[in-house]
This record gives sequence, structure tokens and C-alpha cells, in this order.
Amino acid sequence: MNNTCVLVTCPMFTYLEQELETRFNLIKLWDHSSSKAEFFNNYSSSIKAVVGNTKVGADAKLIDSLPNLEIVASYSVGLDKIDLDKCKQRGIKVTNTPDVLTDDVADLAIGLALAVLRKVCVCDQFVRSGNWISGDFGLATKFSGKSVGIVGLGRIGSAIAKRAEAFQCPISYHSRSKKPNTNYKYYSNIVDLAANCEILVVACALTEETHHIVNRKVIDALGPKGFLINIARGAHVDEPELVSALLEGRLGGAGLDVFENEPEPPEQLFALDNVVLVPHVGSDTGETSKAMADLVISNLEAHFKGKPLLTPVI
Amino acid sequence: MEHHQERSDHRSQDLPQVLVIKPPPVLTLFEDKFISSKFQLLKAWESTLPLDQFLTNYAGSVRAVLCSGASPITADIIRLLPSLQLVITASAGVNHIDLTECRRLGIAVTNAAGVFSDDGADAAVGLLIDVLRKVSAADRYVRNGLWPAKGDYALGSKLGGKRVGVVGLGGFGSAVAKRLEAFGCTVLYNSRTQKPSVPYPFYSTVLELAADSDSLIICCGLTAETRHMINREVLLVLGKQGVIVNIARGAIINEKEMVECLVRGEIGGAGLDVFENEPNVPEELFGLDNVVLSPHRVVFTPESFVAASELVVGNLEAFFSNKPLLSPVIYE
Repeated sequence: MNNTCVLVTCPMFTYLEQELETRFNLIKLWDHSSSKAEFFNNYSSSIKAVVGNTKVGADAKLIDSLPNLEIVASYSVGLDKIDLDKCKQRGIKVTNTPDVLTDDVADLAIGLALAVLRKVCVCDQFVRSGNWISGDFGLATKFSGKSVGIVGLGRIGSAIAKRAEAFQCPISYHSRSKKPNTNYKYYSNIVDLAANCEILVVACALTEETHHIVNRKVIDALGPKGFLINIARGAHVDEPELVSALLEGRLGGAGLDVFENEPEPPEQLFALDNVVLVPHVGSDTGETSKAMADLVISNLEAHFKGKPLLTPVI
Repeated sequence: MEHHQERSDHRSQDLPQVLVIKPPPVLTLFEDKFISSKFQLLKAWESTLPLDQFLTNYAGSVRAVLCSGASPITADIIRLLPSLQLVITASAGVNHIDLTECRRLGIAVTNAAGVFSDDGADAAVGLLIDVLRKVSAADRYVRNGLWPAKGDYALGSKLGGKRVGVVGLGGFGSAVAKRLEAFGCTVLYNSRTQKPSVPYPFYSTVLELAADSDSLIICCGLTAETRHMINREVLLVLGKQGVIVNIARGAIINEKEMVECLVRGEIGGAGLDVFENEPNVPEELFGLDNVVLSPHRVVFTPESFVAASELVVGNLEAFFSNKPLLSPVIYE
């Protein structure tokens, strides 16, 4: 197995790279960025596995250039950077990292909501800059009891709901279809969901259908007292519409972990007190990063030993 | 039967007075809620007289005083209020009231416990998540343009599975515990006495609690026993990854020792809403990314303040109608 060539698409996590290196012949795509043609000549037919993530996955071009690719093991739960159709066509297996990151992402969703509503970051800056000496801070917005609307009630959406319930937030949701085993109120139309909640949380997968699912209509329905929390994908939100709504006061505030053009969030947001911006850290804890890496390794090992994959997507 | 004088512009002079030495924030922000047909406010802070002279001249028949942390009710103040029967605070905390003296003189005390529990607990959890997941620090990182320049931010620490020690399991502590359970935390607690119907493991000392916890959340009142209860010894036992959150009173923690521990990396981080000498905050904390600071605001939401003002007014109206007080502090 030590001779099996595994391509990792970009720097992800040192521990993951180290663990891959002890088991496989690890090829780092970014080591060859200046000589791509040469790289593909030398290595492309020996690469049997690709480890990608939310930044650089496995698109059609990459898959087409790797004739002996057997498996794509994503260091993420989101699959939007993988050409799944192409993989299906070619019989390439795909795995991701569900469940191990659910808690962290859900925790961050609530953390962002608390930070925006209770102005945690603004207060921190107020104290650090010495302004408390000269004056008082005003009131913030209460979080407990606010109605929370969740877009996508999968693993992460459900985990967010469970946490929000402990704060006595009434929960409602929108998804492709109504979920059978829940008491949460269902809205088949996302605009209705936005009109009927105070905090809208995006927690669904990014697909063609959900691209820009949070558009001007949804933002308007959420309104000047409403808040948007996005821990899913930047492309779920029509970002220019979001920015103008925030600048014009048509939306109450936003907590954002993801953006359409990472790592460059819209700079117009940087001066606003009613937004919290974090750099795609939803699953970025030591504990979860290691658990995700271990899952990637386990899936690859299982594949190359002919054993069942742990978390196959296809 | 009482003979009622004809109501004219002297009506307000008939109403009993409630002394206010300095206005609590809830009065400043929601003054219209304090207009009542049962009492009027005697605003000592509007006078240019020194306080003791003002009280001697004008407060001789005052039966009730509305106080706050900024205007403590000491034995000296009480001595200048010979008719005092009720001390009302718009806060949950009562450490600024000489309870011993009040008890000795049969003066009732009411506070605003209960109305602040949700907001206080929300803020405590918000601070804990912020410290563990570096939310404020990461927000600064983004706003300073460092994401494209320097790449991924440092990893945080997972909240789920953490053992969180709650110090004081009253209204705030219970509300914090209930929330933390939903995040998959194991809740442990210390308080003066063990609570029989509570599912969390009890630790009889803060030191033992800290030794077994990953994080500590301070939710208890400030008393002679709890002053500087969290000291270097407790913090060292909490350890290098340990996080402390304080939404109670600054003086429960030995601030100087805590700052030293933070600066030296002997504990993992802190989320602090209260300080020993507000609004002064030790400047060493300003340069630390593993500390989140808040200007004594954990209950500053409109909902809490409206509820607090209603409770204060409710207590005052009950008092002046000879009805039972709504939220008396029970002496132990």
C-alpha cells in the first residue's frame, strides 16, 4: 500500500498529511503548481485516490486527467466541490466526513447567533479600546425565546434545532420534503419560513437547487429585525443582495462562516456592528479535525484492503 | 375612613416617596415605566447637596429606597433613613446592600432575581463558545484582512463533551446548565449546599470542582465567603486548557492572580463580563486573543429591563398597598 499514489489537492491539516504519508505515496498537488503539465505526465496514471476539501475538490477536469482514479475521499461533509456525476460514470467511489463534525458546526451556528444578537464581539472591542471608561454600552437583543427557522433539517440542522430548543426558541424549518419524526413546524416555501422566524439558519447541502436559495425575497421577508446565520456554503446566499440589505438596514444582522468568494468576504461588511464574520471555521477544532482526518484515512485503508467503506456517498 | 384632599397640582405631594440615590441603568433607560399612582421618586442625584445632607433634609420620612451597584446601601446610609422599611435593588445581586444591618432593623429587601436568568445564561454560553471557538478573535482576523493574507485561522476547541463546572446553581446556574446539556457537555456544580433534585454531580469545594472540569462558569452571589474564591490555586488546577467564564461579580475571582495565569498561559482562556474595579479592566487582557471581554452587560436586553422594571414597580406598589412583596430576599 506504501506505493499507492494518493493526491492531496491543497494544504488541509498537517496531521492528515502526516498520516497519509506513513501509509501511501503522498503527492501534494501544490508542490507541482509551476509545472502542471510535467506533473500530469509523470503521475497522473499512478494516482488512485484523491483527498480533497471545500477549497479544492475533484472537478471534472481533475477526474478526467486521472485515468486510474478509484476513490475520492473528501475531508469535508459537503460534496459541492466534487463532480459526483463524473464519479458515478467512471465508477469512482466517493466518501466524506459526516457526523464527526456535526456538533462543532451546530455549536458555531448558535455561537454566531449569540455573538450577533448579544453583540459579543462589539462589546469585546468596546472594552479593549478603552471606551468603557468614558461611557456605557447600550442594550443588545435577547436570544432566548426567539423563533429559529432552519433551512435543511439534516444532521447539522437537527443538531442546531436541539441546541436552540434549550434556549426555548420555537423551531420551524424548510427542506425538500417534510421530515416524518419531528414536531417542528414545516414550511414548504423558504420565503414563508423567513417571514415567520426571527433567526434564519442555513444548514442544507449546496446543490443546483439550493444555489442562492437565500435571495432578495427571503432577505426582505426576514426583515430589519431578522438575522441570518450561514454555516453552510457562501453560494447559498445572494451575497450582493445580503450586503446591500445589511448596509441599508433592511436586515437586522448576520453571522457568517462562509462566503461566495473565500478567503475574501465583502469588505463593505467589515465596518458593520451587526455582523460577525469568521473564516470558514465550522469544523475547525483540534478534536474534530483529527476525527475527520482519521475518517478519511479509514475510508482509504478500507478501500485499498477491499473492505466496506465507512462513510460512502456513492 | 381616610379623608382625601381635593386632587390638584399638589397631587404628587401626597404620594409616598421612593428614594433613589443614583439611577440604576433600568431607570435611566426605561424611566417611563416607573411612573406610578402609588409612589413618586425622590431623585437624590439631581441635588447639588452632599448626599448625607440631602438625606437629612429630605429623606426623613422615606420608607423605601431603590438602589443599584453604583449606590450601595451601607449601614451609614441606613442610619440617615430613620423611616426605612424596604430596600429594592433592580439587580439580581445583593452584595451592595448591608443585609446584616437590614435584617437587624427588620428592613425588607427585594431584588430582581429570576427576570435575568435567561439573558445571563445566554451570555455565559455565548462567552464560553466565543473563547473555545475563538469567534471574536476570528472576526478580528477577518476584518483585519488576514484571511487572504495569512490563510486559515488557528484551530479552536470543541465544546461538546467538555466537563463544565457551574459555580452556584441558583437561577443563573440552572439556566446555564440546562443550555450546556444540549451541547453535549457534562455539567458538574458546586454551591453552598447540595441540591437534592438535580441530576448533576455535586462538588463540595470549588477546588475539587475545578480539578474535574474543563471549564468553570461563575454564577454565584458575592459574599464574604465567595470573595476571591477563585484564586491561583483553583486556576492552576483548572489547567492549561481550562476556560473560566464570569457573569457574576468580579471580586469572586482574584483578578490579579487570574491575569497572571492568563498572561503566563497557565489557563486556556477567559470570558469576563465583570471585574473587580469596573469600568477599569486590567490592560494586560487587551492583548490576549484567548480572552473575551464584556462591559457588565449580560442582562442588558430590552426584555430583561422591561421585566426588571415591572418587578421593581410591582414590589413598590405591593409595599405601598400593604400587600406581600413579589421577590423578597430571604435571609439565611
